[in-house]
Amino acid sequence: MQRLLRIMRLVQKEFLALLRDKKSRMVLIVPPTVQLLVFSYAATFDLNNISYAVWNEDTGIYSRQLLARFSGSPNFKLVGTITREQEVAPLINNRKVLLVLHIRSNFSRNLLSSNPATIEALLDGRQSNTAMILLGYVETIVNNYTTDVATARGIPTPIAPIALRAWYNPNLKSRWFIVPGIVGLLTLVVTLLVTALSVAREREEGTFDQLLVTPLTPLDIILGKVLPGFVIGMVEATGIIVLAVLIFHIPLRGSLEALYLGLFLFILSGLGVGLMISSLVSTQQQGLLGAFLFLVPSIILSGFASPIANMPTFIQDLTLLNPLRYFMVILREVFLQGAGVSILLPEYAALLGIGTTTLLLAGHFFRRGLR
Amino acid sequence: MAEPDSPEGLITANRLTKTFPSPRGLVTALDDITFSLKKGSITGLIGPDGAGKTTLMRLLAGLLLPDSGEIKIMGINPSKDPLSVQGSIGYMPQKFGLYEDLSVQENLDLYASLQGVPQDRREDLYVPLLAMTGLSPFQKRLAGQLSGGMKQKLGIACSLVHQPPILLLDEPTVGVDPVSRRELWEILKKLVSESGSTLFVSTSYLDEAERCNEILILYNGKILGNGTPEAFRMEVAGRGYRAEAPGQSLRVVEPKLSVLPGVVDTVLEGSTVRVVMDSDMPPSVPQGLGKILLHPAPPRFEDAFMSRIKKVTRENPKTISIDRLYPKHSQEQKNIPEKPENAIDVENLVRDFGTFRAVDNLTFHVRKGEVFGLLGANGAGKTTTFRMLAGLLEPSGGKLIVAGKDVRKAAAQARQNIGYMAQKFSLYSQLTVFQNLIFFSSAYGLSGSLQKEKIQNSLTFFELEPYRNVSSGILPLGFRQRLALSCALIHEPSILFLDEPTSGVDPNARREFWHIINALAIVGVSVLVTTHFMEEAEYCDRLVIMAQGTLLAMGNPEEIKEKTRTPQMPEPSLEDAFVSLLSDFSRTQGDHQ
Repeated sequence: MQRLLRIMRLVQKEFLALLRDKKSRMVLIVPPTVQLLVFSYAATFDLNNISYAVWNEDTGIYSRQLLARFSGSPNFKLVGTITREQEVAPLINNRKVLLVLHIRSNFSRNLLSSNPATIEALLDGRQSNTAMILLGYVETIVNNYTTDVATARGIPTPIAPIALRAWYNPNLKSRWFIVPGIVGLLTLVVTLLVTALSVAREREEGTFDQLLVTPLTPLDIILGKVLPGFVIGMVEATGIIVLAVLIFHIPLRGSLEALYLGLFLFILSGLGVGLMISSLVSTQQQGLLGAFLFLVPSIILSGFASPIANMPTFIQDLTLLNPLRYFMVILREVFLQGAGVSILLPEYAALLGIGTTTLLLAGHFFRRGLR
Repeated sequence: MAEPDSPEGLITANRLTKTFPSPRGLVTALDDITFSLKKGSITGLIGPDGAGKTTLMRLLAGLLLPDSGEIKIMGINPSKDPLSVQGSIGYMPQKFGLYEDLSVQENLDLYASLQGVPQDRREDLYVPLLAMTGLSPFQKRLAGQLSGGMKQKLGIACSLVHQPPILLLDEPTVGVDPVSRRELWEILKKLVSESGSTLFVSTSYLDEAERCNEILILYNGKILGNGTPEAFRMEVAGRGYRAEAPGQSLRVVEPKLSVLPGVVDTVLEGSTVRVVMDSDMPPSVPQGLGKILLHPAPPRFEDAFMSRIKKVTRENPKTISIDRLYPKHSQEQKNIPEKPENAIDVENLVRDFGTFRAVDNLTFHVRKGEVFGLLGANGAGKTTTFRMLAGLLEPSGGKLIVAGKDVRKAAAQARQNIGYMAQKFSLYSQLTVFQNLIFFSSAYGLSGSLQKEKIQNSLTFFELEPYRNVSSGILPLGFRQRLALSCALIHEPSILFLDEPTSGVDPNARREFWHIINALAIVGVSVLVTTHFMEEAEYCDRLVIMAQGTLLAMGNPEEIKEKTRTPQMPEPSLEDAFVSLLSDFSRTQGDHQ
């Protein structure tokens, strides 16, 4: 009871120190909000305003119909038409266009005579990711058009067409993919910074010694640091989730229990890592550096942007240590798939393992630092 | 207008005023300051922390602009033409910007390049600088690996590398042990006598004033006096006494003497109390005080300083009763007979850092109700010992009993009985006075009405009530120190650890502080002090002097002084004793190696 009271005072002190200081108050509120908005609007794989040029040598109706589908698409923006091959290179080299559509003079004729009619798409391959996505768009438009033409004219369509249906994200909106990821990312940033800097700040100001000469045990002190981090992480994450649902209209299909169980375990491991950094450094600057040293790889190796399955095997093994990796799965499955607790048990187990290990290690380093 | 080359007025300041905005309104750092410095002399700028010393230094160096008033350095106004002034002055700020990852030589090279010293002249300049500062053997050593005193010497060398005629030094001796401090002053004296430079040195150590040619006293942003040390001493000649009280504890006698009519200042000095009067009338000691023997004492600068301050502050001395802080102890003393056990037992204490042995087989005991000092040069292992005693560092070997508890086995219980006050203010600066008290009292397990009562008593005793809801970080210096002490005492510890508690503090506040400490010792609280500061050491019942992790001398201040009494030094001060013990020690060490 006595002990509980002491820990509560530690927690209270931690909040007072954080919230009475204007600067740290700002750090907790402004950057996460700004980051959420900026990242969510900026980080998207969808292509809009694709500038393209047309080099149409065909005079038939079909080429015009096809091109109309491009110019009618909200994603495409016609920049110009050209008539000679020499004009292609300057357009692409100077980044005037991402795509040049080349339709040869025999396109309409071939289509009428049921011969294979080809169109050429010349892409700027310097941005390979964009080019691949763009190619997908072009293929979709062209395939839809040929299917329409074929059905209209009673010609059999290709024998085994692929009918695409994306489950959980029917329009494959990348925002649905990214915003849940940002929830994890920002939660990690906040919990890590709050803990990684707090002990270092006390070391710098000399208050840490003053704490250590009280009868408070190292465990009390760790709890006094973990609990505020917990509350702050939970509050921030909840705020971001609410914004994700209200502003970005991300469906939250799964159960809140599943989401918050994941969040709880994830914050646990974030705090563990933060405290570990904190107990190893002696200044706030080192703490900040340590936090970023951990943050950047853990974001890249989390599957936030690039799929883990595409990585070399040994790096895939490395990602198993990354708490954000598991939380990404939990977030996306709960948000989009509507997953419940039972499906996510392996992820929970992994997070619990990482969380307890890092916290124990933090405690160990903490005590060793006193020696 | 002073001519640039005239001996008077190499630096002149005319009606200088500087204010700073602060969360508590406009703070006047310097208030209508007028003075001039003589060429080829050392002028000491003496004043406690927060008096405005650094502000004045920075104004002279052209790093700050005055609100009003004018400065002339060799006829040039630094705020109008900072570059040409900065070429003719060397400025060493309190924390000199040494590059710790560069060697001594590389630091010198860097500052020579920054000051545009031509390559071919550098060697000729370095040789005397390195010889003077004693750094010649360490040219290749990294600056970060130098001791505190050596870093300051390197700082001086770097600020002298362009041979400036004027050198401004901002508290060069702070945090430096007495041996290095003497060496630093020797260097400064040599500089003036050999090259005719003009030095302006700020310090909060009053004993250093006597080493200057001229003194400027700065107090609360105002000039309180200007003259030679001799002139200041003459002011109080015949007014100082040493009072002996055979058979009585000086701790009890001193506060009683301090409230007698006409007494300006009292301070413990070895086995006597130094008493300074406001006139030539000797103190009239009432019968009730017992037998008091008064001997005339030679005047010193500090006496004059205190009488001047007393005139300004006009604070009436108060009798301190700590019953409010220690209700438990005062009752205990009446009822239970004192147990003879020691407060701290240190036996064969060892601490290793890798292969380096910082504390080597140290043994000493601190009795109950004793004020015990831990002294030593920088790197002697006293901070390591202190941190082990406070439970901040684990010993590598030996026995360590604090308040009857083995620190190595029951650290938390031992800590319940100790109070700790760091040298630097180390409370939560964002929290208010009240919130800090709540937090620390809770950390020591106080709760409920007892906690409320204790906090209220502390606020009243330390006169912190008006600042109850003020963030502790913006408190005036003296009140910050009171708050630190009240947090350290909130759980009525039987042992108090103090790390250089009054270095740089206003001498008034320092006396007040030690009155409280003495009152605590009377009720049986043991106090362990680590310090560089000889005036603090004088308050100790007993002290140890450490060197290279071992115990060099132990005893009361008189015994320690006795050890170094020689025909050449018939009346050694504690600092003389300290310096000579240490130099003897390093000489024998040198013989062995």
